[in-house]
Amino acid sequence: MANRKIVDGRGSFCPGPLMELIVVLKTCKVGDEIEVLSTDKGSANEIPEWCQKIGHAHIGTTEEGGVWHIIVRKSK
Amino acid sequence: MSSSKICVVVISGSLERLQMAAMVASVAAVSGCEVLVFFSMNALPHFIKGRHVKASHEGEMGALMSSKKVPEFKTLFEQAVELGEAKIYPCSMAMDVLAVENKDLESYLSEATGLTKFLDDARDGQVWTF
Repeated sequence: MANRKIVDGRGSFCPGPLMELIVVLKTCKVGDEIEVLSTDKGSANEIPEWCQKIGHAHIGTTEEGGVWHIIVRKSK
Repeated sequence: MSSSKICVVVISGSLERLQMAAMVASVAAVSGCEVLVFFSMNALPHFIKGRHVKASHEGEMGALMSSKKVPEFKTLFEQAVELGEAKIYPCSMAMDVLAVENKDLESYLSEATGLTKFLDDARDGQVWTF
């Protein structure tokens, strides 16, 4: 079963949350999901763009009380 | 596999310019680009081990960034190397003037490089100057 890890990038700014995601992606298996928490709107746009470029799946993004939850699945 | 080559030349010691250069280098490096960085002039002293002189800011943004949790430019340059295989070259002329050797610089920097080699390496890439 796929694991889901949380990357807490709250309080940081672009490209901090993206870099934190990449550090964790390197330790994951294909199929694992990562949920990035970010208070930075730039990262909420940037992370899906990066996923599309690199070839990881962006599962979805939700926003709740100023915190974006960006869910990514390692695809390769 | 590189989609393009990005060469980042950093000569300023100001926080805003170092930060922007670090952002370009790190994001490009983790996005499949081949990234070469060249540090010279006032940028290089920031990468001498054990020196913790804060980069001065040029204006409002730099002052604001200092008070917020913006990723540090040194961390971003290190991540560009570790996560994206960027190469960061200290300028050999600047090293001579500063009287420092490779062992005195942050460990994620590559060997001292002169302009002849850097210009040759950069000739088929985009060049960004800060």
